[in-house]
Amino acid sequence: MQQVISRPWIWSWLAAAATFAMTTALTEGSGAGALAYAALSFGAFAAIVGLGQMLVITLGPGNVDLSIPAVMTLSGTLALKAMGSEPDTAMLGLGVAILVGLGTGAANFALIYALRLPPIVATLAASLVYQSIAIWSNRGLRIKPPAGLADFATGRIFGVPNVALVGLVLAIVVWVALERSVWGRWLLASGQNMRAARLAGVPVEMVRASAYVTVTAFAAVAGYLLASFSGGAALNMGQDYLLMSIAVVVIGGTSIAGGFSNVPGVWGAALFMFLVVSMLNSYGAGAGVRMILTGLIIIGIVIAASTRRASK
Amino acid sequence: MGQFLSRHRILLPIFSLSVLLAATFYMQPRAMSYFGINLLFNLAVPIALATVAQMMIMMVNDIDLSLGTFVSLVACVTATFLNDSPLLGVLILAALILTYAGMGAVIHALDLPAIVVTLGMSFVWGGLALFVLPSPGGSSPDWLRALMTVKPPLVPMAVAASVLIALVTHLLIIRSGIGTVLRGVGGNARSVARAGWPVARLKALAYGLSGLFGVFAGMTLVGLTTSADANIALRYTLLSIAGVILGGGEFIGGKVSPVGAVIGALTLALAASFLSFMRLSPDWQIGAQGAILILVLTARLIFARRENTTG
Amino acid sequence: MQQSAFENDAPIVALTEVVKHFGAVRALDGVDLEIRPGECLGLVGHNGAGKSTLVNVVNGGVSPTAGTVAFPASGAPEALSAGVRSVFQELSLCPNLTVAENLRISHSGLRGPGWRRPARAEIRQSLDAVFPGHGIDANATVDTLSIAERQMVEIAIGFAPRGTEARLVILDEPTSSLDAGIAEQLLRHIRHFCESGGAVIFISHMLGEVFDVASRILVMKDGKVVADRTVGGFTRQGLVDAMGHVATDERQDPRGKAHAFGKEVVHTSQGLSARRGEVVGLSGLAGHGQARALARLYLDATSSWRPTGKPRMVFVAGDRTRDGILPLWSILRNASISILSETAKWGLVDRDAETSAAAEWKRRIGIRTEDVTNPVLSLSGGNQQKVLFARALASAAPVVVMDDPMRGVDVGTKQDVYAIIRAEAANGRTFLWYSTETEEVCRCDRVFVFRNGEISAELTGADITEERILEASFEMQEA
Repeated sequence: MQQVISRPWIWSWLAAAATFAMTTALTEGSGAGALAYAALSFGAFAAIVGLGQMLVITLGPGNVDLSIPAVMTLSGTLALKAMGSEPDTAMLGLGVAILVGLGTGAANFALIYALRLPPIVATLAASLVYQSIAIWSNRGLRIKPPAGLADFATGRIFGVPNVALVGLVLAIVVWVALERSVWGRWLLASGQNMRAARLAGVPVEMVRASAYVTVTAFAAVAGYLLASFSGGAALNMGQDYLLMSIAVVVIGGTSIAGGFSNVPGVWGAALFMFLVVSMLNSYGAGAGVRMILTGLIIIGIVIAASTRRASK
Repeated sequence: MGQFLSRHRILLPIFSLSVLLAATFYMQPRAMSYFGINLLFNLAVPIALATVAQMMIMMVNDIDLSLGTFVSLVACVTATFLNDSPLLGVLILAALILTYAGMGAVIHALDLPAIVVTLGMSFVWGGLALFVLPSPGGSSPDWLRALMTVKPPLVPMAVAASVLIALVTHLLIIRSGIGTVLRGVGGNARSVARAGWPVARLKALAYGLSGLFGVFAGMTLVGLTTSADANIALRYTLLSIAGVILGGGEFIGGKVSPVGAVIGALTLALAASFLSFMRLSPDWQIGAQGAILILVLTARLIFARRENTTG
Repeated sequence: MQQSAFENDAPIVALTEVVKHFGAVRALDGVDLEIRPGECLGLVGHNGAGKSTLVNVVNGGVSPTAGTVAFPASGAPEALSAGVRSVFQELSLCPNLTVAENLRISHSGLRGPGWRRPARAEIRQSLDAVFPGHGIDANATVDTLSIAERQMVEIAIGFAPRGTEARLVILDEPTSSLDAGIAEQLLRHIRHFCESGGAVIFISHMLGEVFDVASRILVMKDGKVVADRTVGGFTRQGLVDAMGHVATDERQDPRGKAHAFGKEVVHTSQGLSARRGEVVGLSGLAGHGQARALARLYLDATSSWRPTGKPRMVFVAGDRTRDGILPLWSILRNASISILSETAKWGLVDRDAETSAAAEWKRRIGIRTEDVTNPVLSLSGGNQQKVLFARALASAAPVVVMDDPMRGVDVGTKQDVYAIIRAEAANGRTFLWYSTETEEVCRCDRVFVFRNGEISAELTGADITEERILEASFEMQEA
């Protein structure tokens, strides 16, 4: 039991389960399936961008990617444009999205490395440029995703939303990379002490670069799926995901001080963030109350995590 | 040369602003007038105040991701309570400042990551703003409107106010004893604590000052726009961070410059006006702002390199 | 001696039966101490003897587990108002403030408009008094000063009146980054300060300085005061014996006399070179470029971008928290980080190889733990250092670079590590070993002495003696 309690990811899952129970209690159980389905669908996008953000935050204080919303918008826009609603172009669209992700990640890290800008400022400044490219290419266009892709993005297998399956596969890939691969060890070592890691033979710049490219690649995939899911790309489609991506990482139990990541926690937190909103909705809370409570919950979780750390 | 520049870090922000201003005047000579300059820097005052607010937090090695929503909330309170029942309005604003100070004390006492706490607070402020003003509206108190549209002789209001803000914060942060100690917290909190200072109270003070300037930012914004909505200043979070960095401030080490921060804010405000003069397609305006930001920061890097080689 | 003039005064600080525990460690084990005006107390002892804990109890940084601390002379309740000032070994200025502003931090009496002028005057006066001809601008930002200048500023702030008066100034290794001339100025000032009624606690590993300046010497060992006499009561040898120095019986040299070394494996433009199977020492005064030379050598030989399957070189850090330990991890993960890519398959960690390598090195180097999956911070400093040695030696790298790796390590561990270094060198590994302890450097096959960032001498065989190393360290400064 002690073992289970001490795992930081358990908390976000418990919180998600509690909110789920409280929501369904109101309706006496009816609609539980639909609620779970919606949570998995919408949580998947937060989880995917959260996984990427987690890798960057693991690099240590000051490392965070603020370009996620712009990259999502850009990738959704360019991918839909490339596909042009033609059938059988889903793979082309995915390819475009991934290229956008790799390109923006490389650009972000180039600013961070070559110009030695703090990552917060570098990704912020770059995201303005990405946003502009998206606006320019999206101008007056309203392109629908190809029918097959739209069906996939909104469809399900064995009752589980496809987007959640994609999120799950990506989570497993990230988990293996972090927990089992040499690269993961290098990333965690760099996040604890960059200088010590370098002196222990870790190629720290390669590790940092790969983390910054991965986060935008994940954001690009999330943007591609979200655009297909919601029937087209919109210029503001990414805006909720900036704070969301950081929130799910922190609630999920990843250390903001770096060097410690938590993959299952990100998924739990993503579900929780959606369920909290639907719980408050079903209890009739207005938008203002929803936001206030969300904020207080985030702060409460950070305080709980820090006192747990202190008592250890 | 390098030594000179490192001693006078303020030169780079001044240089960037001058170049941008010269380019603007070159493209649009008519802007070179009392009225033109007022237009160019129209929204500079609230941005400058918000940038100073962010600087107070960055001075003690933290960062505030909630500033934009906080300024929006203040704007909503100003356009409603402060206008309808001034006393209640003032009390609410004072409570907000105290909350900011409390936030600083809690962050220090529990050793919490400021970036996450302020992230959470941004939801709280945003929710409260929706509560206060569910749909855009409200109106500016007349005296505030009058203050923001006053036409002083010689220099336009925006410029005079910016100079005043820079002067006051310079005296407060750079010249005064307590400002020096506050910067010391950013430079080496341990040695400040060792000298017998209550660091938690100092941090609360820094956050409280940030809240105060955040309140000023929200009020002046309403004075200019005459009405408010819950999302009116969301951009200010990122603008204020960019402004501090443009002004030669740094994320850690207590290296901040109030004068630089105000100049950085003016540069950002001017960049927007400049781009509209360039008749740049609106598609590219945001991107061009990003490009200007990158350009100026690159210039900063060249200066920093020089410092290293000569230092 | 002036000293007699103050003999009847009440002590500035009086400690009775002070005990301080850190967990199970008894850092101070019943210490009685009185310091009177006019005294300069030299405080000596090995690493971990309890010197810094004692000092922190005196200045109020640490409250004792048992016993009392009083300030009879001033009657003040706590150290700060009793005029106790500390100048710490690690630099404790605010680098973003100017010299005068740093004085403001520790001088709350400076307030109101126009505080800068008196602040500048006070720090200038103090600097002039301690270091005549210092050339430091009171308006200079501290991070534009050199390390030595920063230390001078810190010392000057310690002696500055700051509203009250400095009664007891604690100097912890104050001369570590000062050159001989400046250090002499400081010693002169300490004498003058004590003659006029102040008191000083002077901690230094340079025994010459201690004999030079102290009126009384306190020797600590294992948290206890083992000797406390006036300076005349000690001879140099007696002092070393009291500290429990074991240097004399360690002189039997494990050096293989007729070693045939392999070909040269390291050669830098600076002139540093090493052959296969050789243990090369770097010596000279601390901070004369040895650590920088080693770091540059290591960083040039390895890449921040390209992962290498088999590293050419590994690094053993001496400053564990800054350069070595990965604090969130287990002992196992800390030890294995440098060998992961040697054993990995498909980019995945070979966990069996990792576990067996850690187990082997836990046994060989004697890391004291039941389970290598325990957190690395659960180990004592010396055992953490062993983990860093295990990390380096477990890899197949032919060259091992060591940056003063024995800091804070107990004698037993040192002996273990010396033996392993010798065994590994016999197997063909090359060691580059920077040490601040001359006795360690004397174990090497070849020694490069550094002065002012450059190599001032290369010693081999019988030339490797303390005298020759000292000669090469100081040589030019005589002139």
